[in-house]
Amino acid sequence: MGSYIPSTEQQRKEMLEKAGFSSFDELYADVPAEVKLAKELHLPSGKSELEVSRFMRALAEDNKVYRSVFRGAGAYSHYIPAIVKSVVSKEEFVTAYTPYQAEISQGVLQSIFEYQTMICELTGMDVSNASVYDGAVAAAEATVMCRNPKNNTIYISKAVHPDTMKVVKTYAWANGREVVEIPLKDGKTDARFLEGKSGACVLIAQPNYYGLIEDAKEIGEITHNANMKYILAVEPFAACVLPSAREYGADIAVGEGQPLGMPVSYGGPYLGFMAATDKMMRQLPGRIVGETTDHDGRKAYVLTLQAREQHIRREKASSNICSNEALCAMTASVYLSAMGPKGMKEAASQCYAKAHYLADELEKAGYPRKYAGDFFMEFVTECEDPKALLEKLDRKGILGGEIVDKGILWCATELNTKEEMDELVREVQK
Amino acid sequence: MKTVFERSVPGRHCTILPACDVPERKPEETRTAPLRLPELSETDLSRHYTELAGQTFGVNDGFYPLGSCTMKYNPKINEEIAGLEGFAKIHPTQENAQGCLKAIYLAEKYFTEITGMDAMTFEPAAGAHGELTGLMLIKRYHELTGHPERNEIIVPDTAHGTNPASSSMCGFKVINIASAEDGCVDLEKLEAVCGEHTAGLMLTNPNTLGIFDKNILDITRIVHKAGGLCYYDGANLNPVMGIARPGDMGFDCIHLNLHKSFSTPHGGGGPGSGPVGCKALLADYLPGRRVVKDGDVYRYTEEKPESIGKVRSFHGNFLVMIKALTYVLTLGKEGIPEVAKNAVLNANYIKSLLEDTYDVFRKGTCMHEFVLTLERLKKETGVSALDVAKALQDYDMHPPTMYFPINVHEALMIEPTETESKETLDKAAAAYLEIYRKAYEDPEYLHNAPHRSPIGRPDEVGAARHPKVKYDFEG
Repeated sequence: MGSYIPSTEQQRKEMLEKAGFSSFDELYADVPAEVKLAKELHLPSGKSELEVSRFMRALAEDNKVYRSVFRGAGAYSHYIPAIVKSVVSKEEFVTAYTPYQAEISQGVLQSIFEYQTMICELTGMDVSNASVYDGAVAAAEATVMCRNPKNNTIYISKAVHPDTMKVVKTYAWANGREVVEIPLKDGKTDARFLEGKSGACVLIAQPNYYGLIEDAKEIGEITHNANMKYILAVEPFAACVLPSAREYGADIAVGEGQPLGMPVSYGGPYLGFMAATDKMMRQLPGRIVGETTDHDGRKAYVLTLQAREQHIRREKASSNICSNEALCAMTASVYLSAMGPKGMKEAASQCYAKAHYLADELEKAGYPRKYAGDFFMEFVTECEDPKALLEKLDRKGILGGEIVDKGILWCATELNTKEEMDELVREVQK
Repeated sequence: MKTVFERSVPGRHCTILPACDVPERKPEETRTAPLRLPELSETDLSRHYTELAGQTFGVNDGFYPLGSCTMKYNPKINEEIAGLEGFAKIHPTQENAQGCLKAIYLAEKYFTEITGMDAMTFEPAAGAHGELTGLMLIKRYHELTGHPERNEIIVPDTAHGTNPASSSMCGFKVINIASAEDGCVDLEKLEAVCGEHTAGLMLTNPNTLGIFDKNILDITRIVHKAGGLCYYDGANLNPVMGIARPGDMGFDCIHLNLHKSFSTPHGGGGPGSGPVGCKALLADYLPGRRVVKDGDVYRYTEEKPESIGKVRSFHGNFLVMIKALTYVLTLGKEGIPEVAKNAVLNANYIKSLLEDTYDVFRKGTCMHEFVLTLERLKKETGVSALDVAKALQDYDMHPPTMYFPINVHEALMIEPTETESKETLDKAAAAYLEIYRKAYEDPEYLHNAPHRSPIGRPDEVGAARHPKVKYDFEG
């Protein structure tokens, strides 16, 4: 058994005595006998590090690691430069608490300030928070920012990630806001549906769940004409080559930051990013780092605008969120710094080009695209028996796309070589 | 320190990607806004973060007795296991993931046993997220049992700030109640606010004063009698795990902070994990799908129609759960109560070294933490809790939690955890005593503390008044 307790038997005895106790039991005098556990927990006995390592490694080996991955659908495989893991494994960063004590936390605070700047660059927005739990929660929190006492209706495109739709609905139910789904036309958000509508906000994804590039500018204009706020969920690679969220007219930009240096990890930890216009700064949830000076005029970073937050405002806070994914935010900034502007644009261009190459080849092999229109990194093809096709690929060590309404949602990133894609096409050739 | 943007040199870059091996294609509409990411060599980048790390204080840099945060040592084996390709490279929707399903299954089994619950979800990504999820279960319960009028959550004044904030996020009205003289729940006040609008009570036990509320069974009975449910904020589970279970205290649902009691690192503010456990009466309302075992095969159940719906994408912070599972397997049934007892011992020991000098807010045995009130010191010397906290930074240790709980004036809240040695506690106590002496000899020195950190106290008011929240490229 391990417990990481350093004190020896002798020391424990001395400490008990100094504190005025004769036994450990006396420490629990306030715990009523009725609630004290009468028997030991029904758990296995503690194990040595080597035994635990063997056990957990065996679990990991029960999972299939694919040599070739063509699935995204909200969790994307990209190349992660070696420097990223090296930096974010530094013990100071890993084991620090939330930087409340600014004087001894300048490193973490500055890294968040830099992250906020990079998210503002990606999205074109004025202000970013220090992160939220994931992309789905970022979207839900953005709808909370748009609360409007007169009309609380949220319009949300049916082509956002299905989990985003679910999470927004859960949050909306919890505090009594209505959600209306915007129908699709040929896989894209039907902008005309919004004409004449009123409410609090409109949320769409760019590109959408099917990889299609939405008419995001037009939807933004309709939204603003109806006096609603416009929330755009953007994909960070697409954001480097497509017009920025700001250029599309967004009031709030949100997204899933996992692709920026985090492995897919069976779903987490991930990173939700959120950025807004200056006007909405004080509605942003979560931590925000600001630059200031100390009493000698030296540059200093602090957690700021805390009057929004739960530890000050309690039930009147703009959100209950406090610390969330700081190390993931740092991961994203190290990743973006390692790639640089040219590297990000190159990676994004390769995702675009490779997805288009794969779509063309799959079409030749008998799998036409389901929806017309420009797309980024992902696309849906027709497929009569997607399950059988995915099983066939699985046997070859290839993770095929995600099954979506009688088709398959494929994904290609800079990680997928031409040979891999050609092999995939050969395998599925009709 | 220079920002990463100030280190940037146009044209510099790392060599990461090969040339594209398929024909180039361009999107129909493209970005015109600049993309001012830093341009650095790997050396620049590596040194930048090494410098930042040098100005960051982690558990590995020294004693970190932040009350209610349980800053225990973060075992290395947990990190190694979570980094295995067989976990890190698994796509969240892939079928072939029996190891992940088994891990979730085992984690649910072990953590429900530790807490006395019947079911658990690992979707919530942090403690506050868990609170919100647990409150949603309570809301759903009242909705589906025909009592939507139950819209009040009772929160004692010693509660973490997230409790009332989570209640508001969930559409509840918050009923704050003042604690009794001894810092525990005032039973009369509790009875007075319980009624037909009561949805539930949120409580942490031991509370944030480090006191185990000995009336806990009466408290949960009063709330249940009024038709409400009881929510256990698991932030302070460390001193009672393996000793007493929230389920046996009468709680209906709980959240755990895997980054507190279960040793996963805090990461400078996340990622954590806030799984939510509940009794059978709430199990159908849990978010997402659960894992069951059919013979030797693990599979997901269908999501229940009564479910509150999802609170996060996919399966939550899966790798954080893997670290906590590794820890629980290491401790086992013997190690868990061992941890609890030594956490309580360490707190009482360091308290005994300080209590003749400082004023402890509530005398008597504490659990994992205790609260000092520096009201008298401030009156006599002008030295505040903030001054003392800042002065402690000069002793290579992290200050305790300050000005919390809110019902204690000039509060310092100390939680040493079980992973600190007697030598560390002795050294820390000596520093506290030295600072106390200095308060009478040279208060000015303490007003200006810290003296050894890279910066002095920052101007927080100025930061909030003129927010500068990103690098100014033009400036």
